[in-house]
This record gives sequence, structure tokens and C-alpha cells, in this order.
Amino acid sequence: MADVILKPIGNFDLTVEAEVVTPDNFAGKSADDIGKLLVWQGPEELPLADFFSVEGNGGSSAEDTTIIIDGEIPRVKRIGQEMTGGKVLIKGSAGMHVGSGMLGGEIIVEGDAESWAGMEMKGGSIHIKGDTKDHVGCAYRGSWKGMSGGRITIDGNAVSQVGGGLVGGEIIIGGSVKHFCGIRISGGLIVVKGNAVRTVGAEMTGGTIVVGGCIERFTPGFEMVDVESDLKFNDIECPGEYKKFTGDYAIPQKGKGTLYVSCNNNECL
Amino acid sequence: MAGTIAIKNGYVYDPLNDINGEMMDIFIKDGKVVTELSGADMKDVKEIDAKGKTVMPGGVDSHSHVAGAKVNVGRMMRPEDHYKHYQKKTPLTHSGCGYSVPSVYLGGYEYSKMGYTTVFEAAVPPMEARHTHEEMRSTPMLDMGGYLVLGNNWFLMRYLKEGDVDKAAAYIAWMMRTHKTYGIKCVNPAGVENWGWGENVSALDQANIHFEVTPEDMIKSLTELNEKLGIPMPVHLHANNLGHPGCWEITRDSLKIPKNVKAKPNTDVEWAETKKNAKRHESVYLTHCQFNAFGGTSWRDFESGIKGITDYVNSNDHVVFDSGCVPFGDATVMTGDGPAIHDLYMLTGHKWSNTDVECECGSGVLPFEYLKGNPVHSVQWAMGLESLLYVKDAWKTIMTTDSPNGGPFTKYPLIIAWLMSNKARQDTFDECHKWAQDRTDLAAETREMDLFEIATITRANPARTIGMSYRKGTLGVGADGDVAIYDIDPKKLEVNDYESIVRGFENTAYTVKAGEVVSQMGEIVAIPEKNTFYSDIATDADDEKSMLADVKKWFKYYTIGFDRYPTPDKYLANPTPIQVNAEK
Repeated sequence: MADVILKPIGNFDLTVEAEVVTPDNFAGKSADDIGKLLVWQGPEELPLADFFSVEGNGGSSAEDTTIIIDGEIPRVKRIGQEMTGGKVLIKGSAGMHVGSGMLGGEIIVEGDAESWAGMEMKGGSIHIKGDTKDHVGCAYRGSWKGMSGGRITIDGNAVSQVGGGLVGGEIIIGGSVKHFCGIRISGGLIVVKGNAVRTVGAEMTGGTIVVGGCIERFTPGFEMVDVESDLKFNDIECPGEYKKFTGDYAIPQKGKGTLYVSCNNNECL
Repeated sequence: MAGTIAIKNGYVYDPLNDINGEMMDIFIKDGKVVTELSGADMKDVKEIDAKGKTVMPGGVDSHSHVAGAKVNVGRMMRPEDHYKHYQKKTPLTHSGCGYSVPSVYLGGYEYSKMGYTTVFEAAVPPMEARHTHEEMRSTPMLDMGGYLVLGNNWFLMRYLKEGDVDKAAAYIAWMMRTHKTYGIKCVNPAGVENWGWGENVSALDQANIHFEVTPEDMIKSLTELNEKLGIPMPVHLHANNLGHPGCWEITRDSLKIPKNVKAKPNTDVEWAETKKNAKRHESVYLTHCQFNAFGGTSWRDFESGIKGITDYVNSNDHVVFDSGCVPFGDATVMTGDGPAIHDLYMLTGHKWSNTDVECECGSGVLPFEYLKGNPVHSVQWAMGLESLLYVKDAWKTIMTTDSPNGGPFTKYPLIIAWLMSNKARQDTFDECHKWAQDRTDLAAETREMDLFEIATITRANPARTIGMSYRKGTLGVGADGDVAIYDIDPKKLEVNDYESIVRGFENTAYTVKAGEVVSQMGEIVAIPEKNTFYSDIATDADDEKSMLADVKKWFKYYTIGFDRYPTPDKYLANPTPIQVNAEK
């Protein structure tokens, strides 16, 4: 295993598009070569070394390469985009689009992450230990096909549009979410341990959503079919009693999605 | 010397001159094809060695949605169509993006890379003509024109109801001139008007609300008026009930209506030399046959109804059609047929858009993905190919995808491969749903088109059909010096290796426009001048005067002022009016 350590040293007043920062791109390159990779900042294409000090060479393959980002980079976007293997460890907070479109490997963010984490990802895993913002594992704007494989785990809260258009894979939110969680999903699993505000599972045609807390305003197109206890999806456990709904029946496709909502926290339903 | 070039030793396919793969030289001087170049000209002329290559006239697309309001709605509602498919700018070319609905620049470049030099926009709503011309003006590399949507126009429906044929003729002539458009498009005649009231029409003899005209009235009158006016192309028909199982019958019956209308195109143009008669004799040009030829009675017993259409076309000479092939993958459905889009929304639940174009027509847009695993889509794939293969005479068919409805025009090379190679079709059967074999007869069809037929359905016949063969779709002396040179050696062509056909047609070795190399091996190397064609029809002054009085009176129903209605010349790149002589 080869470790490449990047330390932020540059000026990030304008956000930096760092899609080159992946184990795939670093593999087989020396620290010098890595520093010469180009990133966009505003209208300019600049070497990575202008923004990070680079220590250590890449491994022989992506799998052999670990990238450690030693600092806060909330204004550096697209770290780990479309990576196929290896590991990225961000010791602080990450910018937008971390791990978007990733195919394999592992990303760990010890701090918070901005919006679009794991957008349209197809495999691998992302673990964000802090909070994140909108569009976790979501489809790109306009598209209705979001994440299709892999797993995203957020220990803290997310905001809106979690798993929008989810086709497959798993998203586990330890905290709470706000609006449009699981909108338009056709497959996969979303587990929210905390609360949601509204429009959970709106227009869903497949897949499963579990909400362990309270849904402030429940989506109208759902029908309750059962009560189930102690849900288990492979290694993901959701203890307690859940009301099971199917839907969303508000659209012409008459969805076949499943929505579990905690009995204890949603007595009014 | 600009616009002068010698293309040596290529295998030339010029169907309008019966040239079928003969090795010969093509000379172009000042943008036009000439017999030979003088010694002085030859001294500093650019010479292309086309040895072992296929040489055809520049491609002509007679039905493609490339400019205007609904195309732009397709762009606006599909950011997901853009971000994965883009092209950076170069010192010569603009940047661009979009897969199924590319930006105007990218669209022009991609057509040119495939060897196309002329593209006609399939539907121009009169009120959106300015917008359409603005986009056509900004589309590089291509000579263009557009068809005016008139099948549900209030003024026409009223005149036809009242039997006022002279005023109707004067109106069409004035509209063509006012909006700088080229021919008549007729979309779901009488039905789109009903859609304004949440309804449609489903039979040829069903009168619509308020105007009380039937689809049959509209088709009959428009085809007659078209010939009375001497318009260069036949009426371009998108039949009723499109996209409904069983719609092939109403399509065939619609084609019967103008059977006895005699084609009388009458234009003041100089014709390039051709051995074959380059003038059209058809009174109706059906568009996207595939979408108009659904069989069965529901989605459960859905099947191909192509035979019903092609049998009729084989035994009648007044019809020509384009195919509307489905090459699988991402598409954006866009049409003037608003209710058809609503039906698709009910079926797919996808995002959709609909517009009512005031007193004139309507339109709708919806993103669509054709999947090999989907039974209906697989049948549609087979149907598009059936339509072209079952018609024995290639001079009755035109190859399109109704871009971007069946798929983007960039997939034309794939369609060509399926038409030329039975193996390509059989291999696709293995990948797609078995309905493609069970619900169509394509699997039993062994016809393989040759390069001469491909040249016919992609340039010679589209140009002939729309009356552009006086300068396009042929390499006869006097024609525009538009040439596509493909890196395909006909002597070594092995159709079982269909990947090589796809590669060969994807990018030309050279695309020549008006005697200038504009694209080379997939790279744009020059931005040529472009022309915009429209029909300038002269009619009786008195009829025009009394017609205009009606139009002005009814203009209170429009949201724009009468003075803002016409499209001025400055909206067109090199406006090129074609003088059309109406019957007096």
C-alpha cells in the first residue's frame, strides 16, 4: 500500500475542480508527477501543486493507492470522482461532489461534506462522519436515475433530496433529513434513523425507504398495508415496530415502492 | 482558390446519374460541380486522392428536429443530456454539449463530420419562425430550410370550411414568404386543434370542435393547394393517431386521400445535369413511417403494422416516406402532436412539456430511452428497418431517425449497418427482446442494401423528394459542390464485418461543402458559408389583399402585434428564396 499525502496550501477563494484526485490517476505516478496534474480554478487550469503539497508516490495500481488529505477542503470539488478502487481519506471536511460517479474503492470523510456526495455512484463506499448537505447519492439535475450501487453512510444529518432517483445501492443516514428524501426512486434502500420533514418517497416506483424518526408531513399517495418489527436488510438492522406503506399511487405508474415508518414516532399516521 | 477542388479516383455513387461505384474524378469550381478544370485552374487547385474511397454527394436530411422552440425546450428540460456529452472549443469551433438534443453549434459539426451538408427542420410553428431562423442561422456547416406547420391553422381551417380555396392559397403563399419557410407540414390534421380542448380526433371523417373540419378535409385540401401553388415538395404528413397500437390503418387510409392529386412543382431554378428525372411526382411525403405504423389493438398484442404501409407504397407511386428508425438508447421525443406526448407521459410517467401555439398548432417534448430489453421498443427497432427494406424501390424511401425522436442523427451509421448487413440485424436480435422476432417479419428478411441504395436513401432521394435536387443530392454538372468522401473501399467491403460500416460512416475522410474541405477524419477544419432556402410564391394580388384583411381582423386573438409577426431577412443566413409559380 502506498500513501500519497496532500496538504492544502493554496488559495481556495474560488472553488477548485479536482476530479483528477483519485487513486486511479495517482497510481504509477511519483509525487512530482502528481503535483503536475491539472485542475481548474475558475477560468484557469493550474497544477495541483499550486494547491496542495504532495508527499509520497502512488502505488502500482488504484487498489494499491491511498490518498490522505490532511486538512479542510470544503472548497475542493469532485475528489474521488469515478474512482474504481483504492482509498481516499479526507481528514477534514470535503467539498461538493465527493465520490460522484464512483465505481469502487472507499472514501472516508472525517468531517462534513458539501452537497452531491456520491452523485450517481455505481459501486464502492463513502463514509461521512459528520453532516452533509443536499443531493446525497442523487441523480444529476434533470436526470431521474441516481445512485445505482455501493453504499453511502452518513453519521450526521443530511438535508434535501437524499437518494433522489435511487436505482440501487444503500444510503444510511444516522441523523435527520429535510425535504424530498427518496423522491422518484425505483430501487435500492434508504434508511434515515432520525426525522424527515416532508415528501418522503414522493413519486417512488420501487425500492425501500425506512424512517426511524418522525415524518412531519406524510406524503399523501401511500397506503398502509402492514405492521412489521425489527427490520433487517442484510447487515443493516432497524430495530423497533414499523408501519409498512406502499406507493406512490399519486402518479400514473402506480408505484410499487415500500416505505417503513416508525410506529412510536408517528402515532398520528 | 476558394471553392475549387479536384477529387481524384474515388468510387463514385451518384444515384440521380445512375453512377454506381464507378471510379472517376469529380471537379468543383467556385462551389459548383463542373465537367473539368482548365489547365490554369488545375495548377494551384487542391487535389484529394480518393483512391479506394467511397464518394457520394453531401448528405441531405429531409426530416430532422434541429432548430426552434420545441428543440430548445428539449435542451432546457434536459440538463442531464448535456453534462456527459460535450465538446471543448477549438480555435475554429465553438464549444457545445448535448447528446440527443445538441446545441446548435455541436449539431452542425456532428452532421458535417458524418458527411451531411443539407438539413431541413421538420416543423416550424409560424409564431416560432423567428426563433427557428435564429437557431438555423447559428447552426454552422449546413444549408438549411424549414417546413411550416399548417395542419391545424385557424385561418386555413376556416377558409376550407367556407370553401374559399383562393384565399386559402393566398394565405399559404403569404405565410411561406412571411416566415421564410419552404414547404407544408401537416401534423395530426384537425387533431391538435382539438387537443386545445383536451380531446383528439381518432378517425379520418371525425370533424373537430368549432371548425368542424375532418382530417380528410385537411389532407385533401392541403395536398391540392400544395400543387395549385407549385410548392417544390409534397405535403409532409404526420398522420393521425400516431403512436397508438393499430394506427397503421389510418395512416394507409390517409395516404389514399391524395392518390389522384397530380404533383405540379413549379419553380424557377436551374437544374443540375441528371440522367434520372430529378423532379418529384409524389403528392404526399409521409414522415416517420415507423411511428405511424403500429399494429395490434393494445400494448399486449402490439405488433408491426409496417407491411400494411409498405404494401400500399409498393403498389402506388404518389407516396414517398421517411423511416423514423429507432437505434436504441437515449432520445428526446418532440413533435407538433401535443396529445401524442401526453399519451407518452401517461405511459412512462416521465417529465413532459406541452405548448399551445395560439391560433396555429401545438407541440410537446418528453425524454425517452429505447431499451433492448423492452418488448415494444424492440419491435419499434425492427419496424424502422422493415419500412426501408420492404419497399422495393429505394426511390420511395428516405432514411431518418426522426431525430431526436427515434434517436439522435448521430446514430445514422448504425442504421446504415443494419440495412447493409443481415448479420448485424441477426446479432441485434440476440441482444433484444424476442418480440422483435415474434411481432415483426424482419428476421426473415434477407435483403442487404448496397452503397448505391444507401446513397439513394440518404442524399439523392431526400433531395429529390423536397425539390432540392436541382442543386443537392447529386454530383451532376451544375450541382452544389457538396461531397462526402468515406474511408470505405467498396471493393473490399465485407458486410458481415458491420463494425467497419459503422466506423466508415461515422466520420468522413473528407466532407466538402461548396468545393471547400470543411471536415476531415472527424475534425472540423473550416466553417463554410451557409444558405437558407425558402419558397417565394407569387399569388393573385386581389386574393392576397382580401385574405390579409381577414388575417388582420383575426390578429386580435394573437398575443403579438401583426407587425411583429413576420420574420425579416436579417434572421436568415444568406436568405435564398426559390421563386415558385402558382397556378393562375
